[in-house]
Amino acid sequence: MVKQYEFSNKELPYLLVLPQMIVVFVFFFWPAGQAIWQSFFIQDAFGGRLIFVGIENYAKLFADPAYWDSFGVSTLFAVLVAFFSMTIALFLAVQANKKIRLASFYKTMLIWPYAVATMVAGVLWLFLFNPNVGIIAWTLKHKFGVEWNHLLDTGHALTLITIAASWKQIAYNFVFFLAGLQSVPAALIEAAAIDGADNKKQFWHIIFPLITPTSFFLLVMNLVYAFFETFPIIHQVTAGGPGQSTSILVYKVWRDGVVNLDLGGSASQSVVLMILVITLTIVQFRFIERKVNY
Amino acid sequence: MTEHSKYQRFIPHIYLALAIFIIIFPIYVVFVASTLTSADILAAPMPLKPGIHGVENYTRALLEGSENMGAPALTMIKNSLIMALGISVGKIIISLLAAYAIVFFDFRLRKFCFWSIFITLMLPVQVRIMPTYKVISDLGMLNTYAGLILPMVVSATAVFLFRQFFMTIPKEIVEASQIDGAGPMTFFFKILIPMTKTPIAAMFVIQFIFGWNQYLWPLLITTKEKYYTLLIGINRMLSGADVQIEWQIVMATTLLALIPPVVVVMIMQKQFVTGMTDTEK
Repeated sequence: MVKQYEFSNKELPYLLVLPQMIVVFVFFFWPAGQAIWQSFFIQDAFGGRLIFVGIENYAKLFADPAYWDSFGVSTLFAVLVAFFSMTIALFLAVQANKKIRLASFYKTMLIWPYAVATMVAGVLWLFLFNPNVGIIAWTLKHKFGVEWNHLLDTGHALTLITIAASWKQIAYNFVFFLAGLQSVPAALIEAAAIDGADNKKQFWHIIFPLITPTSFFLLVMNLVYAFFETFPIIHQVTAGGPGQSTSILVYKVWRDGVVNLDLGGSASQSVVLMILVITLTIVQFRFIERKVNY
Repeated sequence: MTEHSKYQRFIPHIYLALAIFIIIFPIYVVFVASTLTSADILAAPMPLKPGIHGVENYTRALLEGSENMGAPALTMIKNSLIMALGISVGKIIISLLAAYAIVFFDFRLRKFCFWSIFITLMLPVQVRIMPTYKVISDLGMLNTYAGLILPMVVSATAVFLFRQFFMTIPKEIVEASQIDGAGPMTFFFKILIPMTKTPIAAMFVIQFIFGWNQYLWPLLITTKEKYYTLLIGINRMLSGADVQIEWQIVMATTLLALIPPVVVVMIMQKQFVTGMTDTEK
């Protein structure tokens, strides 16, 4: 790292970082500390006093089958979303990276859905699949004999949130895959073509290994997205239902805290989520270090 | 050109056109629904050709809102805009200042500040939801713009991006401005900021979209219709039995919520793509 020129003022730098630091401490460290603190307490029946209970909240949490169900469905959902949105995005990036006419038009058309709110993506697909008025639900019922109802059928619910979440995420993955593909040296591909490698071989033996770093980075980002940022879709489309079958971890922490007012339980769930984010962040940064060396 | 390669050249167009169809289709249906009457939509299947009630629906959505939710879209657009601009501009300003301090000054808490900002990456709002709510409520900021904006204005990614950029600025430029007698703040405003235009624009696109599309936080702290953002308003309009939902108004409002960030990305696509691939890698 090159050292930058440094000014000699002693007080000014503190003044400059002050606004950022105030926000960091008041809205990040203080609440995160509170979550950790509260996770060791329960509120008494009259809603006032806090009673120290040690790790009881955690013990209760991990003994609760509903929590493990939530873990399970979160993982399944995350894997599905990462798989579909990444493979489709990679496929499309490969197509759009070819020297074809209209390539820049296609790129623009595939990038803009990034700007669509996760919540709006939920509403779009909810409207298409609404059992009473949805045009896809109607088609499924009258042309294919499938009685679509994501409010009653767990499989339908999981399918719908996966479609909505993947649809929205394709654009993000597309941007990164395209950047990755564009950095593959054309000379390498030409050399392979001269050696007689067909398109398939060129892709699997040359392009794919070279974009592994991008793919790995995206895998982590997609898991983070599916675990943490899909709350709006769950909240709007299935409300965690039917039953609790699509109640992923971030939805559960919100529900137990805000709706059921179980402060200790919600706080211990927050701490578990924190550990999950920290793990994913560390994985990502260790990987980036490796990539820089390589 | 052989027949074979002609055929091969055509195939990508089919795939890409199909993908674009899948992306556009839901939005087209929403657009059509926003031009129909409630009865048209409820008598499933709804037609796939736009109706003639567009102007009427959008006027009602903008000025009155749907029957089960009093806030008109105009108010909600204003709130979404205040939140999005507050978050994006706020993030950029405090991140520029912090990155400036961290790169151009040697002070004792420098490392500490840098790592404190870094750690916020690991504390997304979802994991500190209840306590953050409590802090805002203790500060009396429920149902205020400050409450909507302040907890969202920290951005480790913006600080990192600006820091990276500042480190590439040649020392000679700083030294020259020193010789000309410019103080640190003159240098910051007169020389550094104008040089940083491109990263600032990239950050603005990304953070504006981030702010406009916030959902969980406004859902928690806005209970008064006066402070609803578009996304919260849409959620409220959709709660209740299916027959009471005025789909045509909801769909008009949904399109109004969708258009501004999409327009921003389309206009600033280049800055947006470089901004994304620079910050996240």
